[in-house]
Amino acid sequence: MTEGDVAAAVEAANARAVERMLAADPVLVDVAVAGDAIQGLGDRTILHAGPPIGWPDMCGPLKGAVAGAIVLEGWAENLDTAAELAAAGGVAFHPNHHFDAVGPMTGIVTRSMPVMVVENRAFGNRAYCTLNEGLGKVMRFGGNDAEVLARLRWLADTFGPAFGAALREAGGIPLKAMIARGLSMGDEMHQRNVGCTSLLLRALAPALARAVDDRERLAGLFEFIGGNDQFFLNVAMAMGKAIMDPVRGIEGSSVVTAMSRNGTMFGIRVSGLGDRWFAAPVEMPRGLYFPGFSEDDANPDIGDSTIVETVGLGGFAMAAAPAVAGFVGAGTAADALNYTRAMEEITVARNPEWTIPALDFAGVPTGIDIRKVVASGRTPTINTGIAHREAGIGQVGAGVVRAPMVCFERALEALAAEMGVA
Amino acid sequence: MDDRKDPIQKLLDGPVSVVNIGLAQFARTLEGEGVAVVQVDWSPPAGGDRRLIDLLDKLGA
Repeated sequence: MTEGDVAAAVEAANARAVERMLAADPVLVDVAVAGDAIQGLGDRTILHAGPPIGWPDMCGPLKGAVAGAIVLEGWAENLDTAAELAAAGGVAFHPNHHFDAVGPMTGIVTRSMPVMVVENRAFGNRAYCTLNEGLGKVMRFGGNDAEVLARLRWLADTFGPAFGAALREAGGIPLKAMIARGLSMGDEMHQRNVGCTSLLLRALAPALARAVDDRERLAGLFEFIGGNDQFFLNVAMAMGKAIMDPVRGIEGSSVVTAMSRNGTMFGIRVSGLGDRWFAAPVEMPRGLYFPGFSEDDANPDIGDSTIVETVGLGGFAMAAAPAVAGFVGAGTAADALNYTRAMEEITVARNPEWTIPALDFAGVPTGIDIRKVVASGRTPTINTGIAHREAGIGQVGAGVVRAPMVCFERALEALAAEMGVA
Repeated sequence: MDDRKDPIQKLLDGPVSVVNIGLAQFARTLEGEGVAVVQVDWSPPAGGDRRLIDLLDKLGA
């Protein structure tokens, strides 16, 4: 191929990649037990956020969440023996992304946990994400005490089965239209989900009422969803994974199919480069901290939630959510518009179905092109929660973080080699 | 009016409006002097890295 042919091939491949993104039809269909739904997730196996990592390199909150999950599963009696088991190689670690799954922050998934199931009906694939535990001390931020584990057991024994039954009764909840409405209600689906959480609860309330006989139990379910503005985040994440998985493996495409962090390394995957990870050390978010905490307490960037930016939401849709710009310390409403405009420079297209009123209904920037990232010097903007750097404490703030440029440069070199022009 | 005057000198005779491309420090300095400035964010492609620019050319960026 001549250089001109290569360039044309990349352009055509990227057009196919974005076509698949826009053709997706994600539907929230069920809540299932992870060990039943996720193929290959067996005994003494722990899925985590980000690219592959071993116990010695894990950050504090990830180690804390791992220890908590081991106790939850009954593989050790307490947190100390759980950490010893993990350090001794007594459990296997794998990225969620290798198992059709994603998880926020530490992203821990083990076999007994309930997972939401999103089916991409245009392509037939399914993706999974745990249920959002709420705010405060929770496993996704490294929490692992008795209160955290008790909530996880309630989610598995009570909430998950009822929510799954309601989804089946309702025939699933189509998500594309719900996201479109959420954008018009000020959500960007990463750090603001109050609109879509409310829409989901409204859509599912009748089916939930039919699925649960006990009024107090039903009230508890409503209370849990209604008390957590971020409940929908995990739905959006599973949706993002379900949209992006069919985009993998398009020869020549320079479109990013996953961005993810494990608290130590940030990794990306690129459509034309199969399932290889291109990783670099994570950066520290810049943002606002809860009273009593500062950057000294913060853990570097962590979580699979960057899958929402990968589909054009989160930091890419900041213009839809001026309230988020203030919450994450990113500036004014005018700054929020500029964050989205900047992401237009590194993407292939705009999504005509997910539009932003404040930008005259321009679509969200869609299909991150590693060539444009490297050429422009602009890396993706990510809205994120910030975990305490020590295990067991939880969330300490929220902010904005950048994907490291090195990931994109290494991927560009690999794509050039793959295309025979290195 | 003297039409033979140096065009640059003519430009600076009246109030100056500036479009600054690239390093924002130049814009901030002028703003400090009360000059109206429109800042345009710009940086060299791939930060000026010739090896990456060569790859980008080959891949059609």
